[in-house]
Amino acid sequence: MTKQQANWSPYDNNGGTCVAIAGADYCVIAADTRMSTGYSILTRDYSKIIQLADKSVMASSGFQADVRALQKVLAARHLIYQHQHNKQMSCPAMAQLLSNTLYFKRFFPYYAFNVLGGLDSEGKGCVFTYDAVGSYERVGYSAQGSGATLITPFLDNQLKSPSPLLLPAKDAVTPLSEIEAIDLVKTCFASATERDIYTGDKVEMLVLNASGIRREFMELRKD
Amino acid sequence: MFRNQYDTDVTTWSPAGRLFQVEYAMEAVKQGSAAIGLRSKTHVVLASVNKASSELSSHQKKIFKVDDHIGVAIAGLTADGRVLSRYMRNECINYSYTYESPLPVGRLVVQLADKAQVCTQRSWKRPYGVGLLVGGLDESGAHLYYNCPSGNYFEYQAFAIGSRSQAAKTYLERKFESFMDSSRENLIKDALFALRETLQGEKMTSSICTISILGAGEAFHVLDQETVQRLINEFEIVGEEPPADEAAAPDAEAAAEAATEGAAPDQGAAPMDI
Repeated sequence: MTKQQANWSPYDNNGGTCVAIAGADYCVIAADTRMSTGYSILTRDYSKIIQLADKSVMASSGFQADVRALQKVLAARHLIYQHQHNKQMSCPAMAQLLSNTLYFKRFFPYYAFNVLGGLDSEGKGCVFTYDAVGSYERVGYSAQGSGATLITPFLDNQLKSPSPLLLPAKDAVTPLSEIEAIDLVKTCFASATERDIYTGDKVEMLVLNASGIRREFMELRKD
Repeated sequence: MFRNQYDTDVTTWSPAGRLFQVEYAMEAVKQGSAAIGLRSKTHVVLASVNKASSELSSHQKKIFKVDDHIGVAIAGLTADGRVLSRYMRNECINYSYTYESPLPVGRLVVQLADKAQVCTQRSWKRPYGVGLLVGGLDESGAHLYYNCPSGNYFEYQAFAIGSRSQAAKTYLERKFESFMDSSRENLIKDALFALRETLQGEKMTSSICTISILGAGEAFHVLDQETVQRLINEFEIVGEEPPADEAAAPDAEAAAEAATEGAAPDQGAAPMDI
């Protein structure tokens, strides 16, 4: 008697890559805009990034239907928080909320691989990286998604000081300037696009700093 | 009010066909401090009087943001009002989540009214002791509604509830025909004047009133104290008669003089509950 197998899966992987880098007084969050299924492209112009609060931006790769549902839940929870506390959620608070929301569906997870970026209450950049069920950690930089395996080793090499691989654990923020960090992100995506079929088309970058939030796009290879 | 043998239960009719408990609940609204609402084609202004129960305490919050496009001012049992505001916020959030568009105000007030009606027909419940002035903007324009404890709701061009609201209503009845086409500034001005009527001689300062506004392109928000004080001075509301319908030139000297007279507002006379 062989075990019964499902003849369909509730999940699909729409591919894509997300990266975030935290600086002394800024944070860069970036994701490509390609949405795929199997070996096909669904669209070249889909945003995986959402601004959840004043100082919190989330980028998620994985199953975009689950990502969208997760974004809506977090947005609604943030509204409730604002009504109750009369202020916006801080980035670390949003990080905890995201973790709890993900674990809430521990036994039917959101197929979403998230990076949360923003500014903490001291104005320093912060990046939080997650798995699908809410395990999270504050880091200096992170990559998630189909191109993560190509990007993470490169970032480890370039951003050694905030790396969690170095002991003792140092302050989780890169010494790079904002311009240098953006350039690094562009390089990461250009490289990942070369070898990962699910990454390409365009990269959308959001930069948060004391003066607000800024969005930039860069074209990537479309093959 | 009068005690009689038909007023113990909300589910008992009187021989005259009245539900006394519901009527008593409406009385609770009249005991609360005043709240005023007015609307034009594009904006809604909600204003309230800040009555503190004693000199030592702070005043209770009477104006709540429900959503970017809906605000509510309450009079009566503020605790009931707070609970209903939470309900309204939840409804707006859930509607937005499902339909990705703002909840039409007319829908919200019906839901609120139905919720209030339930409490008039259950023997183990009591009616909400709070009147709500719901102001909102949706696709069909700006609206102002009044929700009673009885479960009735009405749409208004302008309305006032709470203690000494009749004075404000008299003022509003004189001016309401011009509200539909009023500018944003004039609408706030009229709200301030109407509010002043309920103060019955008490000095009008920004600490005794709360003004909020919402409109086309403007999310619901409460005006900060400085802005309100500036408007009070500008419209020379401090101790003078309301000007003719056309915007009067601010009489800076008279306003400054009246402001420096500085007679402290008589807070001892405020009723214990809001």
